Amino acid sequence: MNQRGSPGDVRMVVPSLAPCMESNNWGAEMAHKKTGLVSLEEGGFAIFLVLLAFACIIVAGKTFDQVMAFHAGIGALFAAVSVFLIFKNFFDDGGQPIPAEIDGKPNYNLGPIKFGAIAAMFWGLAGFTVGLVIALQLAWPALNFDLPWTNFGRLRPLHTSAVIFAFGGNVLLATSMYVVQRTCRVRMPGKILPWFVMLGYNAFIVIAGTGYLLGATQGKEYAEPEWYADLWLTIVWVFYLFLFLGTLWKRKEPHIYVANWFYLAFIVTIAMLHVTNNLTIPVSIYSTKSYIVWSGVQDAMVQWWYGHNAVGFFLTAGFLAIMYYFIPKQADRPVYSYRLSIVHFWALIFIYIWAGPHHLHYTALPQWASTLGATFSIILWMPSWGGMINGLMTLSGAWDKLRTDPVLRMMVVSVAFYGMSTFEGPLMSLRSVNSLSHYTDWTIGHVHSGALGWVGYISFGAIYCLVPWLWNKKGLYSLKLVNWHFWLSTLGIVLYITAMWVSGIMQGLMWRAYDSLGFLEYSFVETVEAMHPFYIIRALGGALFVVGALIMAYNLWMTVRHGEAEEADTTPAGSLAPAE
Amino acid sequence: MADTQNKEVDQISGVETTGHEWDGLKELNNPLPKWWLYIFYATLVWAVIYWVLYPSWPLVTTYTKGVLGASQREEAIAAYDKGVADRSQFADKIVSTALEDIPQDQELLQFALANGRAAFGDNCAPCHGNGGTGAEGYPNLQDDTWIWGGTLDDIHTTLLHGIRNESDDARFGDMPAFGADELLSREEIDQVANFVASRAGQETEDGVDLAAGQVLYEDNCAACHGDSLEGIQEVGAPSLMSANYLYGNSLDEIKAQIANPRNGVMPGWEGRLDPATIKSLTVYVHSFGGGQ
Repeated sequence: MNQRGSPGDVRMVVPSLAPCMESNNWGAEMAHKKTGLVSLEEGGFAIFLVLLAFACIIVAGKTFDQVMAFHAGIGALFAAVSVFLIFKNFFDDGGQPIPAEIDGKPNYNLGPIKFGAIAAMFWGLAGFTVGLVIALQLAWPALNFDLPWTNFGRLRPLHTSAVIFAFGGNVLLATSMYVVQRTCRVRMPGKILPWFVMLGYNAFIVIAGTGYLLGATQGKEYAEPEWYADLWLTIVWVFYLFLFLGTLWKRKEPHIYVANWFYLAFIVTIAMLHVTNNLTIPVSIYSTKSYIVWSGVQDAMVQWWYGHNAVGFFLTAGFLAIMYYFIPKQADRPVYSYRLSIVHFWALIFIYIWAGPHHLHYTALPQWASTLGATFSIILWMPSWGGMINGLMTLSGAWDKLRTDPVLRMMVVSVAFYGMSTFEGPLMSLRSVNSLSHYTDWTIGHVHSGALGWVGYISFGAIYCLVPWLWNKKGLYSLKLVNWHFWLSTLGIVLYITAMWVSGIMQGLMWRAYDSLGFLEYSFVETVEAMHPFYIIRALGGALFVVGALIMAYNLWMTVRHGEAEEADTTPAGSLAPAE
Repeated sequence: MADTQNKEVDQISGVETTGHEWDGLKELNNPLPKWWLYIFYATLVWAVIYWVLYPSWPLVTTYTKGVLGASQREEAIAAYDKGVADRSQFADKIVSTALEDIPQDQELLQFALANGRAAFGDNCAPCHGNGGTGAEGYPNLQDDTWIWGGTLDDIHTTLLHGIRNESDDARFGDMPAFGADELLSREEIDQVANFVASRAGQETEDGVDLAAGQVLYEDNCAACHGDSLEGIQEVGAPSLMSANYLYGNSLDEIKAQIANPRNGVMPGWEGRLDPATIKSLTVYVHSFGGGQ
């Protein structure tokens, strides 16, 4: 967290490291670069990463677990490359501090944000494509290819983690770093720290994803990564919290903008959820396998307390933060109601945390817990809708922009999907509705109206806004392509969720149909056969969504490569940062 | 809001802002929408009523039971008991009625077929196919080819104990591995296979000594499959007279079954399904058309 050059900075003298590696004339370079000092931040990270690399090498050498050896190898490589980059960077800039301000304006740190934006697009494409593959596998099981690495059981967590944590996570990391700097009017602290958070998080993604394909899993939904990946994510996440708090601490604005409350709630709560739900004891430090400390119905409850609040604080609070910055920004209108933002924020975070038990109706979970979960889910309805109202009403006086600005349209439709899913969710949490909907495709449809519609669209909108801002371009390469993306994926989402509604309700009704003598009307395999056409429609919807995302990736690529450069000083957003 | 001096009025909505600004973003000082607030209150009231009526809040060693005295566990048990009771008037009668008498009683038959159909779909169809049409390695139950017998009693015994499973009561028949255990040479297996195929009216390979095959058959196979290939159901040796073989009709498949045979397994259902359901399944399977 120490900023180079700030008072009280502790430095270590490393004279032999001072010469710049890129120069032939070391002596002359030495004369130019006045200090040969490694900051506490650089030194600390370097020592930590060197120790990590050694630990990984020892584990890789001693383990009999091939997956562990592979992952320890990745860890060692990551740590070694990171140490190399820290010192390369040090030699390149000669230990000069990066100014926090240039000409009295904040010198925003955009490098890690650019990385996050690219990573989000990359992981998004990967995650959507895997989703399409598993949708096709459900329609045509032969596509499992009878290979362990490609079967549905391994690809399904790969899909969910890739879209939630890899795509969604990178969008959250990138936008939070951007929004917190801009709304605090200050450069985020640290030189290595932001990069450590961004690259460390993506290293976690690689470990988690390859682990699923190779069969390393805790078997906990949305918390599949094994103990060592969890541990690494905990470290990264604590640094992320420091980074975010540090930026807030240094802020030049008297008040903290609403988006930052939501980001902070997201970061703090995810830390708590992640740690509690992943309290596992490894079989040995050389083994990928671990066992959770919770057992029986307590384990189930902790799991769904986690699972539900991952939706609440990762996919809702985090993306509401994005909504609160990018919609008013793009619409160029003030947020509708400050009062509503306060009330719905506190109501949302206090009530969401209680709603988890509605995932366990009619199980070993006691009825009282089930009742509490359902009632809090109903109470949650309006606090959720507070965000929708504030998003949509911000458009008042600017609705005409929906005709001309497809990016804004995407974000507004996103908020509409948010409103729809947060109405459907409380409805499904009621025991009587849940007894029909639970374990059916209705749940899948519900999740995807939130995932594709809300999270997907608000993320696409934010990335469409961010890329021209980050790369200092006047605008996107083509609004027409954004339009294509919008309509193709909207059609895809509508096909997807309607197919799953019909299929899910049909499935639920078939399961509970009795004949006049009291016997089940349908066998399970008959319900599966009846769903086949809807599985095909769902896969078609998913394919349209993937095509839309491909168009987006092309559009962003062309924006960065060929977009018209923005002139200095008229930029709406951080063009002042020098390239790092 | 403290910054009253910065408050300005938004031109479009005519509403005052809070006076703060972040990166060009401002906030209007609109009140909470009334409908939003009232629905929020209504959900709170609803929740409190729900808590009063149903089990809801945990206490130190117990929980609030609710004034309705509702218990989903008791409801589930009651619903299950009622379902069992509703069926038992017929189910009890099925258990006490001899198998061959069930088809004579129209009411009982109707119940047995409904029960059998429901049980078959979830327990038997995964191997034997919907409607019992079978699959490769899993016998077709609609035809009149029966490995272990097609009478009501035979089917019932097979259903109760299964075939070649861990149970001592299971039906057991073991086709020797004539090739893998080197009981016959490759040439001899070719001869037997061609002999069997010729008897089933199938094409045979040129230049294979069918007479030698017949001798080999009589020495090695007839004890179980019968002198005229008619099969012996007591040992589960299927008839070989017509090309309707469980593991395939081609010469290659016949040779494979002689050389290194597959001996299929079926679970026993006694203990997994109740006696009335197993009897119902027997009647149901028997009714497919192939019953003897």
